This record gives sequence, structure tokens and C-alpha cells, in this order.
Amino acid sequence: MKPYAGLRELTQGLRSKAFSTVELTQFYLDRIHRLNERLNCFITVDDEAALERAKLADQRLSQTDVPRLCGIPIAHKDLFCTKGLRTTCASRTLASFVAPYDATVVRQTSAAGANMLGKTNMDEFAMGSSNETSYFGPVSNPWDATRSPGGSSGGSAAAVAAGLVPFATGTDTGGSIRQPAGLCGVTGLKPTYGRVSRFGMIAFASSLDQGGPVAHSVEDAYELLRAMEGYDPADSTSANVEPTALPATHENLVIGYPEALFDGLDAEFSSAIDAARGRFEALGHSIKTIELPHVDAAIAAYYVLSGAEASTNLARYDGVRYGHRSGDQNDLADMYRSSRSEGFGLEVKRRILTGTYSLSVGYFDAYYLKAQKVRRLVRDGFLAAFADVDLILAPVAPTPAFELGSLKADPVQMYRQDIYTIPVSLAGLPGLSMPCGFVDGLPIGMQLIGKHFEEGKVLAAGMAYQQETNWHEQHPALGDESVA
Amino acid sequence: MNSQWEPVIGIEVHVQLATQSKIFSNAPVEFGSEPNVNANLVDVAMPGALPVLNEDAVRMALKFGLAIEAEIAERCVFDRKNYFYPDLPKGYQISQFASPIVGRGELDVHLDDGSVQSIGITRAHLEEDAGKSIHDRFAQHTGIDLNRAGTPLLEIVTEPDMRSAAQAAACFRQLHGLVRWLQICDGNLAEGSMRCDANVSVRRSGESAFGERTEIKNINSFRFVERAVNYEIDRQIDVLESGGVVVRETRQYDADRDRTYSMRSKELSDDYRYFPDPDLLPLQLTADMLEAVKESMPELPREKLARYAQEHELPPATAVRLTRDFDLASIFDKTTDLGGDAQLVANWLLGDIAASLRREDKTYAELPLTAQQLADLVKRIHDGTLSSTLAKEVFEFAWSTEDSIDAIINERGLQQVSDQDELTALVQGIVDSHPAQVAQIHAGQTKVVGFLVGQVMKQSQGKADPKQVNALLRQMLNI
Repeated sequence: MKPYAGLRELTQGLRSKAFSTVELTQFYLDRIHRLNERLNCFITVDDEAALERAKLADQRLSQTDVPRLCGIPIAHKDLFCTKGLRTTCASRTLASFVAPYDATVVRQTSAAGANMLGKTNMDEFAMGSSNETSYFGPVSNPWDATRSPGGSSGGSAAAVAAGLVPFATGTDTGGSIRQPAGLCGVTGLKPTYGRVSRFGMIAFASSLDQGGPVAHSVEDAYELLRAMEGYDPADSTSANVEPTALPATHENLVIGYPEALFDGLDAEFSSAIDAARGRFEALGHSIKTIELPHVDAAIAAYYVLSGAEASTNLARYDGVRYGHRSGDQNDLADMYRSSRSEGFGLEVKRRILTGTYSLSVGYFDAYYLKAQKVRRLVRDGFLAAFADVDLILAPVAPTPAFELGSLKADPVQMYRQDIYTIPVSLAGLPGLSMPCGFVDGLPIGMQLIGKHFEEGKVLAAGMAYQQETNWHEQHPALGDESVA
Repeated sequence: MNSQWEPVIGIEVHVQLATQSKIFSNAPVEFGSEPNVNANLVDVAMPGALPVLNEDAVRMALKFGLAIEAEIAERCVFDRKNYFYPDLPKGYQISQFASPIVGRGELDVHLDDGSVQSIGITRAHLEEDAGKSIHDRFAQHTGIDLNRAGTPLLEIVTEPDMRSAAQAAACFRQLHGLVRWLQICDGNLAEGSMRCDANVSVRRSGESAFGERTEIKNINSFRFVERAVNYEIDRQIDVLESGGVVVRETRQYDADRDRTYSMRSKELSDDYRYFPDPDLLPLQLTADMLEAVKESMPELPREKLARYAQEHELPPATAVRLTRDFDLASIFDKTTDLGGDAQLVANWLLGDIAASLRREDKTYAELPLTAQQLADLVKRIHDGTLSSTLAKEVFEFAWSTEDSIDAIINERGLQQVSDQDELTALVQGIVDSHPAQVAQIHAGQTKVVGFLVGQVMKQSQGKADPKQVNALLRQMLNI
């Protein structure tokens, strides 16, 4: 068994009985136990239940009507509620929280046959770009354990990059799937806002949060997306649209190139992107230089809006009904104060405070309303650009994986990690992050952005690119390659 | 009250909408269940749970808006109202702040003196109720019951158009009648289905600026609204006349002591950090939806009022009383459709029937009498079969049986004696046996005739027609 096998190979292996689901599951569980101490990708591993489910999957595999992902191991970011298995959001406040229900994404991937091995580490409440804000400690980048895997879906990206699971779910609010995918050299998709149900996905910023797949390839990301997506009446912001479908035949597309975005990148970075441009042209697409106005204001707007929403989304963690309740309390206000002070980490507190501030009387217009205006302008800018192009090519992150701890003290530099992903989030557009080269031995990614609900086009272009390149087939040396 | 001062009052009424399930979850709305059995994932604010708007609540709000001919927004937004409280599970209440579903409208309030006052309705918005804190069940601990959390409320806010406590109470009563009429609220005040807050201020007569106001919270009866507001008016006048200032604050009415007392100061106004709830999309109200709601609405009180005046030529005061209660008006309509004389039907419904219902603590919806029985009863009075005394007797029987009126009359022999010979004999007998009274009458004390009429009625066990008896007596005694 190969740790980096793609979905097609695994499915074939299972259906041809080259190996059983139990063997496959045990193989990945063994890898997790061997490597997780070093990488810290998982907060919770569900060995026993996973093996039980694997037995059932083996039975199903010999029946008819086998679900598409039957027996394929998966990991869920630890903010998707899983019935009976704790969901921590990487926060002390939910460290022992066990949800009484499955998130829609969990329910649907299970129904498609995927077998959950565990819950992946993340930035606390998905707030962070380095995975360092986790109450359960940072995740290490499999390419260099001293570096960050990015965040907030760092656990999912690192787990896939290290071959601990074939694919994993993530969520993306301002770049939380795309940036870690880029920093870990794997493929990740943030779907159009509304494509994947948010029911059971613990909220950070409701108007931006979107679940999506992290995988070895665009092809596998698409397969996982198909299991995650779909209209959900339990989520009022869920979109009732056709499922994602790949175009039947190859289309020659116009790919927008927002020149200004690439200005600040290092030379090595730029040459990788240039090579990718050439590759797209060789595939029959044409490149058109475009402008994206207002993206420079996007970060500020994003941190105002996401903070504002987070400040009230997290009000429910008051220690009254579930979650951490401080033992040290004299009265109600004291219970709130100490439970929340003890339950939340520094970055979460920072966002709650700034968010509360921007919603307060006297500041609402200057911050919240202005940020909404910027958001509209950013969105309008994209829509105007999309009048002339089918896709937009952009960087994913300004740097390759950075040293753990190097940005921790400087939130503004940390926030700049998402400079290329945030505008896409504000506009609600789909963004695909996939590897396109290496800088100093570390993977770097690029982003393909599509029109609303045109994931099909984005994915098709990404798949064609990956057929011509092997960046996505590079794997970190973990001193583990002889295994199996 | 002191005539140098003019009170200014506006009210806010929380109406619990009569939906099957909650406004943002599918948990049932039920009164009196075991704690927390009607609270689901959404109501307890589980991490990851999301609200989904109950369209029945929207339709009910629209019914109210259409009934008062209010402006109705094509697009309205749900906002989060942020504050911490143990029975507020999300840490915010979903409400409507900047764009309520129902905008400016007018409500005709019928006052006890028969006059009509038009009260401005500022707005009405949808919101969810909070849960309940229970302080008396566990030693040292407070219990939280979230059954009520998420119950749909329509908060109706009036303009400060009222100038007396009686007007405020009348306005509350009018709203109560209207929401029951529209069947969007059960109107059960004892169970908290409607709660009234009153904003009260006073100013010197002739002044145009409003004085500082206080808000009296959660008053749950018409009578208490009047008493609480009156108390508050007097209190404010006392404060001002003794050189003090009214402090902006929230006050509570204590019905047992008939006074209001301060709950909390509002000098530093709460900052609820309202902003649009990103979990809910803006609500678009289409013309089709409004049309469908319109078609589902019953004939409105004011429409009935106009019809009663025109079709039945009822005096306005009677028509107003009939249209205060949906069930009352329905019975009136059914009975008159069956041919019952409108004025007589109205008299019975507002008189004996109202009294009997009150005695048995029943509403018009629970009236044991059928429309057919009432129509027949009235018919038999109209055609002279029943005297008013006999009619009351028949009514008492009809109240407790399902027998037809004619069956009751025949079986119990309750028809009026109107046969001239029979009556003449009866009257003659009484005249013969009361020589003293007859002498008095002949001496000019004509009032004594009444006594003799009474004797005849008694003799006939109420079956004689008192009018005919009176006429016969006067004829016999030559007066």
C-alpha cells in the first residue's frame, strides 16, 4: 500500500480486493500513530470506530450499490460536528465537547462511504494562518517540521501532504483551505459560498465560512467535493444549484492575469508562476492581463467583517450549556468572564475584541458599514473582470512555509498571509489552490479563481494542468518511505 | 389627575404568534411542557446549528400589517441583538432593527365612550423569544428552561399618541382583539401570549416637547395597563412638582401593591451592537406572497363594522362591540344569515349570552348554543311565541341541550298565552281578587297597575304576554 495513492488507485485496490478496507484503514492509522507525534495533524484519532466501520465497508464492497467512496479513509477538520466523537475547534472551551449530531458534510461524506479516521488540528476556531493558535499545539509542516503548515486547515493539509489520509475536509473563511494547501504542496478548493452546507460546521464568520476538500490532486478534490456539496434546507445560506459538473469537452479559456498582484513576489516565486502561465497557454488557454481594483483594501475589510461576525458567533460559549465553565466564579458576570477568559486563546480574544469594537455604537458606520462597502467593491471588481475572462490566476500566499513562531508576534504580518485569498472570499468566489513549484525546497501554490458556481471550469483547468505537471506528485521525505 | 399636566403614552406589545413550530427551528411551540423538552439543537444554540426562518411567522406578521394597512417592506432583514444572559442561548437575539417587516400603519381604537381614536403604529417586527430562568427550583442554582426560546414574537410599537391610561389600555385591548381576530395569536394573557410595555412621560399642558419617559415592562392585562400607567403618571407629576427630574429607566408594575418600581437605569443606553444576521438571507416579500396572505385573511373588523351599520342598521356602539371578538362576530353573522333579527341577536349575544359565558368563564368560541338555536329563539320572540321572560327560560334549557328551540317550547309548554279569552279570564280573576288595589287605582294611583300585571304574570307562570295583559287591565279598569 502506498501512502500517497490517489482515490482512483485506492478504489480500484478495494474493489479488486487487492487489499481490504480494514487493511487500508489500519495502514493509515499506523502511519498516523507513527507520524502524528511529530506533525500533530490530528487532535482526535478514532481507531476503534474507524476499524469497525471498515469491517462494514468490506461487507458493502461485496454487495451491489457500493457507495462511491466506500471504505476510503477521510479526516474531518475538527470544526465539523461529529456525533459521539468530540469536536474541539482546537479550543480549550470545546476541548471536551461532544456534539449530539453530525454536520451535513460529515453525514454526506459518510453516506458516500468515506470512513472517518479522526479530526484534524486547526487554528482555534479557524482564526489564524499558521496553525499556531490551536489549544492542542501547532501542526508541523511535513516538508520541514520547523515550519508552519499554514492555517487554519493546517492539520488537514499537513495530514494529506504526509500521506496520513488520502483526503480531508477543510474550511476556508479568508484562505484557510487554500493557503495551507499551498504551503503543504497539496490541492485544496474553496467552493463558491453556499455550495457546501454550513450546518454543523462551527461558525467563525458566517458570511465567509465555506467547507471544501483538501486532496492530493484536483481529481480527488473534485470527488470529495461531490460528496460534500448540495443544497441543505438546514442552512439558509445554502445555494440550490446544480451539482458541480466538469465540462464535457476541453474548452479554450481566457485566463485573467492580475499583474499587480504578482508584483511583490520573489523572483523564484514569479518564475514558477510564469511557467504555469506558459503551461496554461500550451493547453490552449489564452492569458489576458487584468486589473482587480480595491483588493488592497480587502484585508482590512475582511478583518473587520470576520471579526464582527466572530464576536457574536462566539457569544454562545458562555459556560452555561456546554463547553468550558470556570470553577472560579462568584456570580454570573464572573462566570462569563472567567469561563471565556480561560476558554479562549489570545488570537480568538483579539478578534472578539476588535469585532465587538467595530459593531459598537459610534464605530459601526466607520468600520462595519465601510467594510461592507469595500466588500461590495471587491466583489464588483471581480465581476467586472469576469466579463472578459473565464478564470483568474493568482498567487495563493506571499511566501512559502514560514518558520513556526516567526510571525506569531506580528498579527499584521500574519494577516498578510491571506492577501491573495481574502479578496476571493469577500467576493464569495470559488478558488482552487494547487502546487506549481518549489522555492528553497518548499512547495508553493497558485490559485485559479472562477465565477460563482463555476467550479467545473476551475477544476477542469486544474486537472488538465496536473496531467501535464507533477508538482502535485512530489512528497516530503518523512524518513518513512520504506514502509509498506 | 392634575390638569396642568398632559401625559404622553406609547405602547409596545409583544404578540406570541400562533405557529406550530418556532421561528427559527422546527421544535414545537407548546405551553406548560416539562423544561427543555421543546428545545432542539438550534434552540440550545449548539455549535454549528443554524436558524431557518419559519414562513408561517412571516405570513402572520403580514396579516397584521395588511390589517392595519401598513407599509410593508419588499425586503427586510433579520439582525442580531447582542447581549449576554443565561436564558439567551446564542448570546444574541435574532430580531429586526433597521428594516422591520411591517412599517407605518394606523389602528382605529374604540374607546369606552364610543369615540374612535386613530393610533399610529410605528412598526411591527419579527423576533424570537428568550428562554426562562428559574430561580426557585434548585438551591444555590438557577435553572434554565429553553422551551420558550425561539418562540416567534411580533413586536408592535405604537407612536406616542395616547394621552391617558384609559386610551393606552384601550389600544392594548384593540390590538388583542385584532390579533385574535386574525388568528395569529391565541391572546392568552395569563400564559404570556401578549405582553405590553408602556412608555410614559408627562409634560406641562400646552408644551410641545416630550418630557423624559420611563418604560413599564411586561404588563399582562388591560386593567393593569390602565392602573400601572395611571400610577406612573401620578408618580412623575409628583416628582416634577416637587422639583425633581424624571429619570429615564425601566420600571416594573407590581399589581399586588398597585405601584411601579425601578428595575434598572437607562441613562447609559444599552449597546446591542445590532447588525444583519449573516446566517439568514434578507427576506424578499413578493407580490404573490402578499396576495396569497390577503386571500387567506378573514373579513376585517372595520369591514364588518361598516357592513353591520349598512346591512343591519345597527347603532355604531353595538357594531363596535360585536366586532371586538372574532368568534362573537362569526356567531352574529351565522345567526343573522339564518334569518335572526339583527338587533335582537345582538342584544342576546351582548346581554344574556355574554353574562352566561362570563359566569362559566367561557369564550364565544366555546358557546354551547348553536347559531340555529339562537336564530330560532330570536324568531320565536319576534313572532310573539315567547315573552322575554319565557325566552330566558327557553334560553336556559337551550344552553344545556342540543334540542331545537321549538322542541324545548313544546315539550315544556313554554309558549306565551296570547289567546284573548284565556287572558281575559286570567285578568278578570286577578282584578276580582285584589279589590284594595283596584280601589287605589281608581283613586288615581295608576302605578299600581304594574303590580296587577305582575300578579297576572305570576299566575300564568310567565306565559302571558305582558303587553296584552297591561292593555286588558287598563281596558277593564277604564283608565
